[in-house]
Amino acid sequence: MAVMSYAQAACNALASAMRADPAVVALGEDIGRGGIFGQYAGLQQEFGPERVIDAPISEAAIMGAAVGMALTGMKPVVEMRVADFALCAIDEIVNQAAKNRYMFGGQGRVPLVARLPIGIWAASAAQHSQSFEAWFAHIPGLVVVAPATPADNHALLTAALACGDPVIYMEHKMLWGMTGEVDTTATAKLGKAEIVRPGHDVTLVSWSKQVHVALEAAQLAEAKGLSVEVIDLRTLWPWDRATVLGSAARTGRALVTHEAVQAAGFGAEIAATIAEELGIPVKRVGAPRIPVGYAPTLEAAAHVPAARILDALCKLKPC
Amino acid sequence: MNNDKADRLLTLYRTMARIRAFENAAEEASRGCVAAFGSSVTGTASVRGPLHLSTGQEAVAAGVCACLDKSDYLTSTHRGHGHTLAKGADTTAMMGELFGRATGTNHGKGGSMHIADFSVGMLGANGVVAAGIPIAVGAAHSAKIRGSGQIVACFFGDGAINRGPFLEGLNWAKVYELPVLFVCEDNRYSATTATQTMTAGAGAAARAESLGIPAVSVDGNDVLAVHEAAVQLVAEIRAGFGPRLLHAVTYRVKGHVSVDPAAYRDPGEVEAALASDPLRLAATRLAALGIDVAAIDAEAKAEIDAAVAAALAAPYPPPEAAFTDIQDTGAGQWQ
Ligand SMILES: Cc1ncc(C[n+]2csc(CCOP(=O)(O)OP(=O)(O)O)c2C)c(N)n1
Ligand SMILES: [Mg+2]
Repeated sequence: MAVMSYAQAACNALASAMRADPAVVALGEDIGRGGIFGQYAGLQQEFGPERVIDAPISEAAIMGAAVGMALTGMKPVVEMRVADFALCAIDEIVNQAAKNRYMFGGQGRVPLVARLPIGIWAASAAQHSQSFEAWFAHIPGLVVVAPATPADNHALLTAALACGDPVIYMEHKMLWGMTGEVDTTATAKLGKAEIVRPGHDVTLVSWSKQVHVALEAAQLAEAKGLSVEVIDLRTLWPWDRATVLGSAARTGRALVTHEAVQAAGFGAEIAATIAEELGIPVKRVGAPRIPVGYAPTLEAAAHVPAARILDALCKLKPC
Repeated sequence: MNNDKADRLLTLYRTMARIRAFENAAEEASRGCVAAFGSSVTGTASVRGPLHLSTGQEAVAAGVCACLDKSDYLTSTHRGHGHTLAKGADTTAMMGELFGRATGTNHGKGGSMHIADFSVGMLGANGVVAAGIPIAVGAAHSAKIRGSGQIVACFFGDGAINRGPFLEGLNWAKVYELPVLFVCEDNRYSATTATQTMTAGAGAAARAESLGIPAVSVDGNDVLAVHEAAVQLVAEIRAGFGPRLLHAVTYRVKGHVSVDPAAYRDPGEVEAALASDPLRLAATRLAALGIDVAAIDAEAKAEIDAAVAAALAAPYPPPEAAFTDIQDTGAGQWQ
């Protein structure tokens, strides 16, 4: 076990994969200098500019080229810096990477990992703060992953690299500096959630940085006599129905919280499934449908704080 | 130098001095406040988040914008303070925006990276590289359809010419012979990357010419040279000859954002660039004419100091403002 930051954990996982498999390459802007968050630190020095490929500011070409590489024997890792810029490559993701295998009758595979960091990046306003995970979960052909801890960023990136189909890998911009114990031999399965806090009154589902807010809310709820089970979904597609439905069946109440806008968010899919399958009360707590503003007062309004989660928990079971 | 030219240089210098003072004050107010390049947000600075400074690039904004009328339009980049100021925006409102205050040009909603002042035709800085280019083309198309006589200045960086919207926008502008001046503000870097290493061919001017758009390259640190070239190109655009491109070569003397130490480049390169600082160059020329710029510098600093004081005293927007100016239809149904 070693203590690593969330950025270092990803860097370490990628380096191991590159050592083990010469087909793994990385491409993106500024990655030769380690990436602006240090998530590629040292990789070009170790693997050379032919495998850690600096790119022009050309998101469409970066993603499209990765599709071409993936179809022809490589396993590209694509850096989009923030998910907001991946919108400049949306055709390449949605119409090309996601459709290729099916549309061409299974002749080709697109084993690429596209890194699209999500979340509100402090004081970075409307075009650098969006959480688009629901968009990608909606697209057949894509796997969607959102790690919440350094350990998971190591294990899940390793799993994503072994996936074989296109993975939208969504790190969180405010977690890069988070440190934690990382077992570099630990493995994770895509589509497997984790119960990060056991409880018996309410099931609380979340992912990415919001897991930490959910844990904070669970702590506050405990002080009020409410026992909350917190599930870190880890993978949005495929999502772990067995773990979520199993927990919800035990507690009899479920809440989903995410940092993304609540309206048409992925929480709706989970809440609806729980209601359909179990017929128990469900609730969602996501962001209001507003762009993220720059001023601290405006940015605060776009956050989903523990207090709002606690309120919703207490509506599910009075406390 | 004749009297006219000296007067012009003096006017251009004043604009540059105001931009420099603005950037210096913004930098000072931003220390330590963005999570990147190994820094984390402290939350204590007044200017938070990514701050892209145009320090050392003032001649491009000053030289080009001096050819524009207030009714003309401008689109900018993430590095847009200089363009905004030179287009005539009020520095108090600009600083208010950087400080995230209700009195800011965007009422605190955008900050530095999205600064805009539509009242002077400044249609917005942009957080997405090259995104301003097609918007400028559309504004020029609109001006042509409306027969308004307005033109559009479209600023973008050297890195932006590798994005598709550059090709798509320039092609469109030429096909419809639109009144737009494309200005490639070439500071030789795209974040941590030396742009040339990622750019094929001879760059912005050659790419424009390949589409039949006449292009001129100038020393972007020589404000008179920028201005003279822009005067000529703007005259041609106003006469209805279609789009033109100005390639102004300058240097990004600061890091990509204020907290970037830019350790990836040779310190000697920065030192050499500082020797051709645009303000210093202009001041030397003015000194040869017996004009001392100290008073102009002091005046600029006083103006910006007052803007900072006003920004500090101004309130943040109320939380309710987070829910306004999103859309009318469906407004309020945010949950
Ligand atoms: C589409 C897109 N890709 C990447 C970025 C991240 N980014 C912000 S500024 C920048 C460099 C831009 O270089 P250039 O166009 O030369 O402008 P400069 O910063 O030098 O003024 C990059 C890569 C972005 N904002 N938008
Ligand atoms: Mg540049």
